[in-house]
Amino acid sequence: MKHQKWLLPLIVAVFAIALWKGLVIALDIKPFLLPGPDLVVQTLIKDWGLLGSALFNTLRITFFAFLAAVILGSLIAFAFVQSKWIETAFFPYAVLLQVTPIVAIAPLIIIWVKNPTVSLVICATIVALFPMISNTTLGLRSVNPGLASYFKMNRATRWQTLVRLRIPSAAPYFFGGLRISSGLALIGAVVAEFVAGTGGTGVGLAYQILQSGYQLNIPRMFAALLLITVAGVLLFVLMNWLSKLALGHWHESEVKHEE
Amino acid sequence: MANAIEILSASKTYSNGTRALEPVDLKIQPGEFVTLLGPSGCGKSTLLKMIAGLLSPSDGRILIWNKPIDKVEASGHKLAFVFQEATLMPWSRVRANVRLPLDLHGDAKDEAEKRVNDSLELVGLSKFADAYPRELSGGMQMRVSIARALVTQPDLLLMDEPFGALDEITRNKLDSDLLDLWEKKKLTVVFVTHSIYEAVYLSTRVVVMAARPGRVVDQVNIDEPYPRGHDFRVSSQFAQYAKTLQDSLLRAAAMGASTDSASDEPNGSASNRSTNEAAQ
Repeated sequence: MKHQKWLLPLIVAVFAIALWKGLVIALDIKPFLLPGPDLVVQTLIKDWGLLGSALFNTLRITFFAFLAAVILGSLIAFAFVQSKWIETAFFPYAVLLQVTPIVAIAPLIIIWVKNPTVSLVICATIVALFPMISNTTLGLRSVNPGLASYFKMNRATRWQTLVRLRIPSAAPYFFGGLRISSGLALIGAVVAEFVAGTGGTGVGLAYQILQSGYQLNIPRMFAALLLITVAGVLLFVLMNWLSKLALGHWHESEVKHEE
Repeated sequence: MANAIEILSASKTYSNGTRALEPVDLKIQPGEFVTLLGPSGCGKSTLLKMIAGLLSPSDGRILIWNKPIDKVEASGHKLAFVFQEATLMPWSRVRANVRLPLDLHGDAKDEAEKRVNDSLELVGLSKFADAYPRELSGGMQMRVSIARALVTQPDLLLMDEPFGALDEITRNKLDSDLLDLWEKKKLTVVFVTHSIYEAVYLSTRVVVMAARPGRVVDQVNIDEPYPRGHDFRVSSQFAQYAKTLQDSLLRAAAMGASTDSASDEPNGSASNRSTNEAAQ
């Protein structure tokens, strides 16, 4: 079972790549329509100077946006939980933030904020923020009522209840939020780069994809796409690992069950 | 001698108008083991929660060692509550769970640690101090919950159907262990259950309650010396006490049914009425 977890997806990948290569050869598809997998990897190595720095720029935006989303989202969730008034007043606007397509407001933000990096980070943060707010709020409210009475009966202060009861209860939801939010931060960064176009100094992977499209350099486009996908998967794996580290010893979702 | 608990016409009506408990008068002496016995909806848990100060009575008063509940701690007496479920923190080891009330109170670390060890010793869980709650059986989790109650060295222990979710064999074992603790620690215990047999086995006195409306209908003293061995469970006196309690419960249920049959099944009768109207 332990090996199957890795082996089965790997077999699927090998088959898919073989099929891809086979079709490209059999149907004699030109590289400017669909390059073979080997050509994509070659291009990735050849253009690494260009693509590597683009990857770094995209990841930098993703990182800052994710960080901002985690900090802001948690703070907003704490505010919501402390007072029903605050939640009632502001929750609809959190939803508004979530349902407004980022491509529609990104041009505005890019015009308003001079620094291109900051404007991209803001766009990506808006995309990644909502899952952090809603998950952490849900978590902070998901306190076992029996334990809550116990704390109340022992005259626990608000602070003790927060630190000893609410935050640990919220942890599983918080880490669930991290998983969603990290992926969204990357998507937000890429989408914002698309809208920003040239974007000034540090160009990201989205810009490379756009440029490759104009130049019909499809292998490079695929290589950039591959980098985005791999970055997304690695982010997910990293968040899973963090979650396991924090919850592994007690929460049902992370505890290994005997089979 | 001062009463440990004095309940003076305390009643409870919920804000939606539901009458949970008719006025109750009850005095409990220090060192008694009193069981509140009755069916669901008789208000036994409500009464216990009012004694603990988790609910406040709509009318009447409750005194613990002649003090209102919020002044009890200042008078040097302590009470502890054991819930229906173990209500442990799943993210903390057994040791930290037991230490929780001391931590919340801000007690010194090494003194707390010593009392946690003593308390775990009392419930026979010293070996499991570093386990997580999910690694323990239901019975063991309940023992941790009791250890957490004992660690504050209470004089008064309030227990709300603590063993209701356990199998009978485990429950019998915990019942007899609880009696040992009660004798050793000279506790006053108020224990809620819906098991006649548990009530007879444990109590010095059983308070029989009935539902709709929730009220106290009878009190039965169990004049049987302690320690009560397992033989007591199968003795003829035991059966006699069980019969007395059963008769009392049946009589109360029959009385409730005859005085106000409509209130016994309010939903059923309402739907009957509407069917009748529809037929006409």
